[in-house]
Amino acid sequence: MIEIKNLHKSYQIGASSLHVLKGIDFSVEDGDLVAIMGSSGSGKSTLLNILGMLDTSDVGTYDLDKIRIADMNEKKAANYRNKFLGFVFQSFNLINYKNALENVALPLYYQGISRKERQKTALTYLDKVGLKDWADHLPSELSGGQKQRVAIARALASNPKVLLADEPTGALDSTTSLEVMALIQKINNEGKTILVVTHEHDIAKMCKRIVHLKDGVIVDDKKIKQNVIKNV
Amino acid sequence: MFNIERWKEIFQSIKKNKLRTALSGMTVSLGILIFIILFGLGEGLKNSYSDLFLNEANNVIFIYPGKTTKPYGGFKTNRIIELKNEDVLDLQNEFSSSIEFVNPRLFVNETIKYKLESFQFDINAVGPSNQQIEKHVLMKGRYINEKDIEEKNKVTTIGRLVARDIFRGEDPIGKFINLGSRAFKVVGVFQDTSGDTEENKLIIPYTTRQQILKGTDVIGTLALTFDQSIGGSGAVKLSNNIKSFLKKKKSIDPSDPSGIRVRNIADEIDRSLQFANALQIIVTFVGIGTLIAGIIGISNIMVFIVKERTKELGIRKALGAQPTEIIKMILSESIFITTLSGFFGMILGIIILSSLDSGALQDYFITRAGVDFGIAFFATVILIVFGVIAGYVPAKRAASIKPILALRDE
Repeated sequence: MIEIKNLHKSYQIGASSLHVLKGIDFSVEDGDLVAIMGSSGSGKSTLLNILGMLDTSDVGTYDLDKIRIADMNEKKAANYRNKFLGFVFQSFNLINYKNALENVALPLYYQGISRKERQKTALTYLDKVGLKDWADHLPSELSGGQKQRVAIARALASNPKVLLADEPTGALDSTTSLEVMALIQKINNEGKTILVVTHEHDIAKMCKRIVHLKDGVIVDDKKIKQNVIKNV
Repeated sequence: MFNIERWKEIFQSIKKNKLRTALSGMTVSLGILIFIILFGLGEGLKNSYSDLFLNEANNVIFIYPGKTTKPYGGFKTNRIIELKNEDVLDLQNEFSSSIEFVNPRLFVNETIKYKLESFQFDINAVGPSNQQIEKHVLMKGRYINEKDIEEKNKVTTIGRLVARDIFRGEDPIGKFINLGSRAFKVVGVFQDTSGDTEENKLIIPYTTRQQILKGTDVIGTLALTFDQSIGGSGAVKLSNNIKSFLKKKKSIDPSDPSGIRVRNIADEIDRSLQFANALQIIVTFVGIGTLIAGIIGISNIMVFIVKERTKELGIRKALGAQPTEIIKMILSESIFITTLSGFFGMILGIIILSSLDSGALQDYFITRAGVDFGIAFFATVILIVFGVIAGYVPAKRAASIKPILALRDE
């Protein structure tokens, strides 16, 4: 599904340049659930942003579902993001003046799907995350866990190939973290490829594979026995 | 451009951000409102000037005799020039094709008495054409006529205010008032829409006055009206011709600035209207200033809106919004708000102007304040166009920002 070779990325900070990713080689199989770990500054978020086409690399290649992602203009990138990728952010990033249903329906709007169809699909995904009854609530009327579930529903709404989650439990307490991770496991079990960036070992152990990043290089990459969450 | 789905998005954004919408809308409304009101008041100012001269015949030329300042034709300098009755006839014959009326005028200084009471009013000894030249409107009786001139009758037509002050409700017609030592019979009362000055006058035949002055045929000044079809340049030419005709007749150096002076009302009106136009231009300039302030205001608000929405735009981009979609969204919103509030301001301005248009404004020398709809519309469209341009720059920047940077923006 994902094939990355010799990826480099530097940031220009004033006169000096900060080399964040120093040659990443990395691939993800279809249906995998990968945790990307590392301390802050290890480059894990940068890697995820490049994977999500939110940022661009300096050197290296990136293939997503056998499509080369390189030198795309904004228009094409937007199109690919919409079709191939779903995002889940630490701070949810819901649009605060839209209710849960409208937030979930937004990626479908950018696919040019009709309003009726959008609402129907969005409601299906809201139901999937257990928030059908909260469809007409604004984000400010939802708890943190509920917001993240809405965000996950939104990420799924366009039926992407890969779900990218950047510290999805970073802003949640342990109980709601478990709820969210259980949801992610459930979606993964249905066949979706998911990448989770986290710095929490507990969360990482709920994935199928852990990739450790340190100072811009992968220091460890191993499959683990997944800690499956039951009875949440 | 028209896309029902996008408009639904825009309406939602507008509805959910009332303060922002109100702020940007108000800036535009206020800009156009102030422009229209200022422009309308400027028009009113100009109208007042136009009206000022509307009440007086503007096809009038005044001729004043004076003292020569140059020796000429054997005469010394400082000779006093006098106009005489024969000059009236000569002018009428010479310029018969363009002159309508000639009105000789003598200013009379006599005490006015009625039933032992004294009054102070101006007395003009004139011909019957004074009525047309000054646009006097008869209220009662008759104006002095040709017969009075011929017979040198001791009759007078009096202004409305003169009648009110002297007779206090009594019918003045047929009553006698003393002008100096002679009794004059009141034959009529007139009014004048141009103001109190004319209504405070008594009119007597100029020949009667000349007879009282021991049979002289000297005239103080001359006023004459000309056929309006000769136009502005024709009027200037006519007054020049009259001047040189009289100078030749009275043996005055053609280059002498004094001796005979000729004043052309049309010329003066032109100059006053130029002044009014200048005022209008200044007022319009101030109005355009507020319009520009409005444009700057909407620019500021657009920058602020885009800044405020950076994160939202980042989210939209992460979800697959294309840059052009972002630009269209912000621009459509800004066009919608500016158009709506621009026309609201325009209509409000027009309503305020028309409700102001009453007597109260007359005190401030403003008549029929109003604005041409075409100008109002044009100004509104200009503001909208600039509002769009002002919105495009930040929208373009927001659309090209990387979604990751936008998402980091807290």
